[in-house]
Amino acid sequence: MKKLILHLILLFAAVSFIYPFLWMASASLKPVAEATSMNLLSSNFTFHNYIAVFKKIPIGRALLNSTIVAGATTASVIFFSSLVGYALAKLKFTGRETLFMIVLFTMMIPGQLTLIPLYTLIVKLGWVDSYPGLIVPWMISGMGILIFRQTFVSIPGDLMEAARIEGAGELQILTKIFWPLSKPAMVTVGIITFMGTWNEVLWPMMIIREQTMMTMPQMITMFAVGGQAGGDLGIQMAASMFLVIPLVIAYVFFQKYFIEGIASSGIKG
Amino acid sequence: MCRIYMTIGKEKNENIGYAFISPYIIFLLAFTAYPLVFSFYLIFHRWDLLTSPAFVGLDNFIFLLHDTQFWQALLNTLVFLLIHIPLQIFFSIIIAMVLAEKIFARTFFRAAFFLPVIISGAVVTILWQKLYATDTGIFNHLLSLIGISPVGWLTSTKIAMPAIAIMATWKNMGFYIILFLGGLLSIPGHLYEVSRIEGASRWQDFWRITLPLLRPTMLLVVVLSTFGAFSLFIEPYVMTGGGPLDKTMSVVLYMYKHAFLFQHMGYAATIGFALAIVILMVVLVQKKYLGKETEY
Repeated sequence: MKKLILHLILLFAAVSFIYPFLWMASASLKPVAEATSMNLLSSNFTFHNYIAVFKKIPIGRALLNSTIVAGATTASVIFFSSLVGYALAKLKFTGRETLFMIVLFTMMIPGQLTLIPLYTLIVKLGWVDSYPGLIVPWMISGMGILIFRQTFVSIPGDLMEAARIEGAGELQILTKIFWPLSKPAMVTVGIITFMGTWNEVLWPMMIIREQTMMTMPQMITMFAVGGQAGGDLGIQMAASMFLVIPLVIAYVFFQKYFIEGIASSGIKG
Repeated sequence: MCRIYMTIGKEKNENIGYAFISPYIIFLLAFTAYPLVFSFYLIFHRWDLLTSPAFVGLDNFIFLLHDTQFWQALLNTLVFLLIHIPLQIFFSIIIAMVLAEKIFARTFFRAAFFLPVIISGAVVTILWQKLYATDTGIFNHLLSLIGISPVGWLTSTKIAMPAIAIMATWKNMGFYIILFLGGLLSIPGHLYEVSRIEGASRWQDFWRITLPLLRPTMLLVVVLSTFGAFSLFIEPYVMTGGGPLDKTMSVVLYMYKHAFLFQHMGYAATIGFALAIVILMVVLVQKKYLGKETEY
């Protein structure tokens, strides 16, 4: 009996977490007259709103921009953070401990402190309205370095010694031995970085003015706030769906990595 | 011979080490150290990005001290924090405790609660703006079913900020449930068995065992949600634009306005600087009161 009540409470709570997204999906498919109805189903479902989104805003371009920016940032964070993580875990050099302290220190600086100076730097570099402006300041992450260092430390040194005797360079040892042995760490860093970049809205809103350079979150925000959607609920929901669907599909397949990776890194979207 | 070989090997190792970290060092200098140092330059200057910066001494700080809008924004952010964090802790501990029991379809529930965490804040905000709508939103519809007249969720000066805090709690809760669940599962089961033998009630268990042992998790949750709360930006930007009557203006939104509406880089940087000091002070206080060693 007690179990049943617990399950009912949980079920009620879970519905309140899922229902809004189902409602969003449903509203994006409904004609204007039914858009605000609470029902999830309608006999008049139509793709009209999706077609309207393509007519009103360059959403295809925004999807492309988001894919380029999130993809490039993720690849770069994995590559460069694992380089530093490898050096901190397995290579001996003067200043190694100091560097480790610096990595920890950078993670404690509140982002609000450096946001405006960072923006002025982007202006000076001439990177406003450009991919480098969106990607380069986030190419290496302290969190990524920590995760890779932690993982690499526990890989036994014998493997490296053997590879070195056979004449392998350190970069080869990293990419051919350490990477394959650290797939969970790579997936974790990859998911967190991709999700964070894909969802990020403040930074693009600071450095992007041109509609053709906007990523998805900024474009749908401007669409909803700027009045271009004309207060039409269904169209705004349809535009939002383009941003949500890729992540939700990835989430369905890599749910465990999403949850454990995000929780272990202490980073959220 | 062997020794010489080893020293050569070590030197080689050193150089490779530097080669591996050199991209990071350049990155660090350009995108962390430079902005950090430049923020100290900016707070003493007035700069619109077009003309050259003018040194103004402490003018930015003096203006900040008398800027009632800034203090209102700081107060709003603190109101948000004081509603959001207790709500967050209360509900995520309850759900985590239920999930820690032997529950049917635990993975499904975990995934369901976590869903809003992976969705962009921009989408969640646009979605909840529709749910909060005074005339057509779901919340007022549900209220009307039990005979309560419509509430101006985002238009009332008293309710707008709590409404945003409720939404933020909903969005982030899955994340904190997972943290608390991890904390709960790490509490040794024998502690509860001993307590059962001593005849303690479940309620006493919660206060004497569960809560004290969750303290490290609690500190983590409080610190992380504090950082999150002070970053409040897109929610008021989309939902209210900081209104009604500046009651949902957050510090970051205020900083954004000074930088991008008025082109005051020096003053915007000063707001960021002041906010960073407030954040560090709040986190230090939290660490002092929650960070004590737990004995058991």
